[in-house]
Amino acid sequence: MLKRIPAIEMSGISKRFPGVSANDNINFKVYPGEIHALLGENGAGKSTLMSILAGLYRPDSGKIKIKGEAVKLRSPGNALEAGIGMIYQHFRLVSNFTIAENIILGTKNKKIGINKEQIESDIRSFSSSFGMEINPADKIYQLSLGEQQRVEILKMLYRGCEILIMDEPTTVLTPGEVKELFKILRTMAEQGKGVVLITHKLDEVMEIADYVTVLRSGKVVGDGQISELDKQSLTRMMVGRDIVHSQAEGKKQIGELILAVDNLNVKGVRGNRAVSNLSFNLYKGEILAIAGVAGNGQKELIEAIAGLREIESGSIEYEGEEIQHYNVKARAVLGIRTVPEDRIGMGLVPNISIMDNSILRSYLQDEFKKGFLLDYPKIKEYARQIISDYNIVCSDIHHPVNYLSGGNLQKLLLGREIDGNPRVLAAAYPVRGLDVAASEDVYNLFFHEREKGTAILLILEDLEDVFRIADRVAVMYQGSIKKILEVENTSIDEIGSIMLGAEVMGEQYAEV
Amino acid sequence: MPKFRLIRREENSTLVGLMTPILSIIMAFVLGWLVLDLAGFNPALVYRKMFSGSLGTYYAVSETIVKAIPLMLAGLAVSLAFKMKLWNIGAEGQIYMGAFAASGVAVAVGDGSPFLLIPLTMLAGFIAGAAWGFIPGMLRAYGQVNETIITLMLNYVAIYWVDYLVFGPWKDPKSMGFPLAPILPSGAQLPVLGDSRVHLGLIFALIIAVIIYILIQHTRWGYEVRVLGESQAAARYAGINVAKNIMLVMLISGGIAGIAGMIEVSGITHRLQQDLSPGYGYTAIIVAWLARLNPFAIILVAFLFGALIVGGYAIQIVGVSFAITQVFQGIVLFFLLAGELFIKYRIILIKEEAG
Ligand SMILES: Nc1ncnc2c1ncn2[C@@H]1O[C@H](COP(=O)(O)OP(=O)(O)OP(=O)(O)O)[C@@H](O)[C@H]1O
Ligand SMILES: [Mg+2]
Repeated sequence: MLKRIPAIEMSGISKRFPGVSANDNINFKVYPGEIHALLGENGAGKSTLMSILAGLYRPDSGKIKIKGEAVKLRSPGNALEAGIGMIYQHFRLVSNFTIAENIILGTKNKKIGINKEQIESDIRSFSSSFGMEINPADKIYQLSLGEQQRVEILKMLYRGCEILIMDEPTTVLTPGEVKELFKILRTMAEQGKGVVLITHKLDEVMEIADYVTVLRSGKVVGDGQISELDKQSLTRMMVGRDIVHSQAEGKKQIGELILAVDNLNVKGVRGNRAVSNLSFNLYKGEILAIAGVAGNGQKELIEAIAGLREIESGSIEYEGEEIQHYNVKARAVLGIRTVPEDRIGMGLVPNISIMDNSILRSYLQDEFKKGFLLDYPKIKEYARQIISDYNIVCSDIHHPVNYLSGGNLQKLLLGREIDGNPRVLAAAYPVRGLDVAASEDVYNLFFHEREKGTAILLILEDLEDVFRIADRVAVMYQGSIKKILEVENTSIDEIGSIMLGAEVMGEQYAEV
Repeated sequence: MPKFRLIRREENSTLVGLMTPILSIIMAFVLGWLVLDLAGFNPALVYRKMFSGSLGTYYAVSETIVKAIPLMLAGLAVSLAFKMKLWNIGAEGQIYMGAFAASGVAVAVGDGSPFLLIPLTMLAGFIAGAAWGFIPGMLRAYGQVNETIITLMLNYVAIYWVDYLVFGPWKDPKSMGFPLAPILPSGAQLPVLGDSRVHLGLIFALIIAVIIYILIQHTRWGYEVRVLGESQAAARYAGINVAKNIMLVMLISGGIAGIAGMIEVSGITHRLQQDLSPGYGYTAIIVAWLARLNPFAIILVAFLFGALIVGGYAIQIVGVSFAITQVFQGIVLFFLLAGELFIKYRIILIKEEAG
């Protein structure tokens, strides 16, 4: 076999941030036609390494070679010229421009009087060569997240990108969209392009990747051909030990009714009816999981329970008291705590310190007051306590909260809410973006809360997790709950088909 | 030919943040030198005059402080609104309204104890400025009306209102036809330091800077403002009343600018008059930004801008026309603002590579 030249080769890459060594002497190679998974715990340095490759950060030391030639990547534009494109979790598209306009935006193609039809048909045939069917005249805001992601990919490919980096691309996608994405990635690989995929989902790695590199604490701790590895060995590389999936032991004694939602109707952001005629009961000491394809009203439901979204009609009863007209604060005082889907921006305040974020929901409490001032020594102590109680890795509580890695952000948010002694705890996608170990930590926090008799409502995306974590599962479809089942008496297949809209009649459901 | 490119900095550099204003000023002096030279002046002489005119003598420093005081107050005023991403560019109008109310109250009450008159006029100035800030604040909070446009328009309303008064109903019969309102009773005039024109307003500005610092960094309300300035969604999640805080911040911001108007009247002009402010309210926006909204830095930057204004007056003596002084101020501003770029971006040189 010929000696292949790597499409990219990073060697000896190091990058320090204040207080942490995010990348420490890393060597990383991607060959043409390879789908390369980059794995590692939260905060291992994956995003940092890829941001260096995409020209966003400059390494403190190390070399980068593209097709065997040394290059210096000083900016994302620079990297793109060298054929490297990165797609971030937050898409960077102009929402009231069309797909075609977004794709040609910022390209060097400055022909005067560019012909719209010509470009659109160009883009259409270009996209179908990668197996993507899109209408270039559609506006971005009309598209689902999965479709927007396809536009991002197209944008990169159209600019001649040879190596595509995707940072946790599947977290916001529905299972169907994930399949679509993988098909596209495979087509790209067949055409000789390289793909780097950052993900925490080992099933995905096993399914799509050819090769894997694992980082831990900024160092490469392992790599290899996927065909020679299994999930367990990958986990061991990532966290340095086996993860024991904790499971609640024994059948729980389900407590009294605490929250009763009856015939709830809630409007979504676009004025559509996001939650319609939804009812369920939540009991003390249980975990009720809501399963459903993303975008079926889950987010709006959580916001309505929190008091962040006005309801149209229906009632929410908490211990027999109607609370639908209470504001957020009043509900939080009663013990209703929520963890929103949007971590930075809603659950946590960007650009202000970790310490300030730790009191976001309790800054009005007397314990943090001294005269008419906030008692910062106390607040510091409190923030340090949260950090240590919930094992948050953080070098300084005065740093802006954005410096924390995904898992640590979630632990801070969840820890803060649990510390407020909730009686009802509702969380949207609590383990999204978290590594196996961090997910396990988070689930253990929920188990612990359940022990204390807290009623827990979780929106989960992974059905296997639903069966491992929950006592009951409510299946949500088009804004209402189609069916609530005890997890012992159902199966992934049954839930899956109800999620996709199979008719539920009495105890029966029709096969799709 | 080498090409340049701007790259956003990954971490904001404190060193650059500190060096940029200093370097910008040096650069401004270098370019100013060329301009003066081209205009046929002796740059060294002009600079010497400028420096001695603004900082060289006891009197010069005192005049610099006099000009800096309204900039400090107005800068503090707008910085508060900017913290919450409310673009209050209406400090100029709020200054005029504060001056109008303070002088109206002082003249109406007549002479009395300064211990009564000064707090009273200050309150009047605060209330009038606050009202001028509250109107756009309310429109923003409840009607989603852009506060930038409203505050800008209200500036003209306030300036022409004062014009109307001093040319019409409030014109002093003893002013020999000049558009001047009556002199304030002596009890309403701010005491000055020695034989200079530096007045008590300086102390007010320093106290307000400390109060703002404590309010923002150490109180519950300041916490709410900081949260709101970063994310409205997070503020709602924390149970913070968004509309109330928008109105409150605009009100206080306008009120402090109103005090700037009050101290100009009771400390300097001693009467309401046309062109009371040579654009303090606008310069204050730049002062606040250069100080990165830090109240203590605002005091320092305002002092610098005071020196620039006074130095500009001083060089007219050596025959540099007023227009040139404005060109010079423009250059300084240009470099200070361009310097901002270096704080947020790196500039790199791209060598043309063959092939
Ligand atoms: N801009 C920054 N300033 C300071 N520290 C940072 C910055 N970005 C990342 N870090 C730190 O560098 C380390 C590596 O972060 P990175 O985002 O690369 O992790 P990751 O592997 O992508 O984690 P995750 O799976 O949670 O996304 C973390 O400790 C993080 O806190
Ligand atoms: Mg990451």
